[in-house]
Amino acid sequence: MTLQLNHFSAAVVFALFASIVFGITHRETTREMVRYGLYCFAMFLGGVFVAGWAMWLLRR
Amino acid sequence: MANSTAGKAKVAEAAPVNMMAVLAPAVGWLIPGAGHMIQKRWIRGLLLLVSIVTLFVLGLMMQGRIYRANGGDILDILGFVGDLGAGGLYIVTLALDWGQGAIAFATADYGTKFMIVAGLLNFIAVADAYHIAIGKKQ
Repeated sequence: MTLQLNHFSAAVVFALFASIVFGITHRETTREMVRYGLYCFAMFLGGVFVAGWAMWLLRR
Repeated sequence: MANSTAGKAKVAEAAPVNMMAVLAPAVGWLIPGAGHMIQKRWIRGLLLLVSIVTLFVLGLMMQGRIYRANGGDILDILGFVGDLGAGGLYIVTLALDWGQGAIAFATADYGTKFMIVAGLLNFIAVADAYHIAIGKKQ
């Protein structure tokens, strides 16, 4: 079975699961874990958009 | 002098050697999240299991390549170290001869990275299980 994700969906899936692990392993309490996980997810996605726009600008 | 002795005593107190400190990282490496589960952190363990296994399996489904032990290219060795972190998933993948990689797919390289990252994330989870076992983390 072959799965072909596009660049964006691959980045979102990656960000989701990496953020869950980061949240659990880097913080002490449940509340902090959730907050840090969400923060990491937002940073991953923000990074994707920033990198995307940077590449678009470089291409022009 | 007194401070130094107190400091050493604190370190010894923070890291007592117990069975769980050995067992949790070993089990956690073999089965992602299991190091947390045997310490009754069920939800954390389950989330780690789902996250790491899903990332690894998606990598395989995207026709990612698994690295094997070799003394060749340094990047191959680093890839092998990353993949090795996935523990049982890596062993099963090698045993079934999966993860050959298919350059025909543009996203296969993403798959390779997914599997390496799954292994690296499991290393972090193993360290976390150890910290719980020695009482450094709740």
